[in-house]
Amino acid sequence: MRDFSYIAATTIPEAVALLDAKGESARILAGGTDLIVQVREARRDVDWMIDIKSIPEVNDLNYNATTGLTLGAAVECYKIYADDAICDAYPGLIDATQIIGGTAIQGRAAVGGNLCNASPAADGIPPLIVLNASCVIAGPNGLRELPVEDFCTAPGQTVLGKGEMLVSMKVPAPASNSSSYYLRFIPRNEMDIAVVGAGASVTLDAAKQTIVSARIALAAVAPTPLFAEEASALLAGQEISDAAIDAAAEAAQAIARPISDMRGTAEQRTHLVGVLTRRALNGAIQRVRETT
Amino acid sequence: MARRSHVQTTINGETVEFLCEPRQSLLEVLRDELHLTGAKEGCNNGNCGACSVILDGRLVNSCLVLGVETEGKSVETIEGLAEPDKLHPIQDAFLENAALQCGICTPGFIMSAKALLDQNPNPTEHEVRYWLAGNLCRCTGYDKIVRAVLDAAAAK
Repeated sequence: MRDFSYIAATTIPEAVALLDAKGESARILAGGTDLIVQVREARRDVDWMIDIKSIPEVNDLNYNATTGLTLGAAVECYKIYADDAICDAYPGLIDATQIIGGTAIQGRAAVGGNLCNASPAADGIPPLIVLNASCVIAGPNGLRELPVEDFCTAPGQTVLGKGEMLVSMKVPAPASNSSSYYLRFIPRNEMDIAVVGAGASVTLDAAKQTIVSARIALAAVAPTPLFAEEASALLAGQEISDAAIDAAAEAAQAIARPISDMRGTAEQRTHLVGVLTRRALNGAIQRVRETT
Repeated sequence: MARRSHVQTTINGETVEFLCEPRQSLLEVLRDELHLTGAKEGCNNGNCGACSVILDGRLVNSCLVLGVETEGKSVETIEGLAEPDKLHPIQDAFLENAALQCGICTPGFIMSAKALLDQNPNPTEHEVRYWLAGNLCRCTGYDKIVRAVLDAAAAK
């Protein structure tokens, strides 16, 4: 592997100062399950690896039924699905953390790392989008916050500027009668990269017959994970029906602009967006109806 | 070349000190510096699980951990499993079930199985299969491995 230096930063100002000084030659190390492979395979030129796992804020995992979830950027997948309250509150996020790699990957990989790696096929990103999560970013000029759907800008590219790092994601507390769901299509049972992924969240009325609001997000059908804003808006105020869900699925298909590659053709992916969007919406609705 | 770092860690219950370059993975440190060659290099990119070890109680791919990251941590490898005069129950179950052929994947499977049984002593077959999904075997077809893990759980 390429030669590089390693620094374990212990505070955010220290990490930000290092990132600012080293620029493009530095990269944050959290779980390392993407970064170490990229450096080893010479896909990324890194001279400085800045390990942030000793910084308290990036290890925050704090759920409160009123204020929501603070999910530190370096919190490993297994810690998220080991927390019963988080499993109950954000099942769509749990769906993703349980299918990112196998057990050994989930022991190291962080959802924040999944976000910063900015793969179009990232399983961790659509659930964050449908849960209305925001990113807390630290930089030389202090903190800023922006919606997760605005974080990725191209494959492997994010809004993070010079000296900036992701500190945490903030997820609002779930509304009553709401739930979320994420699924992907892969040709195997496990350990694969999404051909297409779809996430949905829904909030239903008290009778659980009408959709108050919904959010839909897609993976692997564009250069970045997508928030299907128009498809989501179509569902607001609609009585739950196959027709309403079909209409949202068609609107989601309309914004997909997939490529053909070894995992699937553009045509297959567009078809899958329809199938998976329907399943994600129905899955989220089913979860609301199962909980009383 | 980046300076070699001094690292102190616990491996199989014993305090170990070593020098390594930042770019050396835990797998390379185990095999090349400490001569613990049980963990195997298969894919070296986190897909095959042949290098699986337990780091602070969690199963990890040692090819995806830097040696310098293990400062102050605890590592369990296949070498720490057997007692001087007897094998670990999971090792016995692998032998009894003939759950290996060429053996390259076996240390990884056994460490992965240990991590599972440490936290879930009575897994279902479904749970065993999903837990072991990150460990690849090109010889056995997996069935004997799954049965060995279930037998080891039952024997406890």
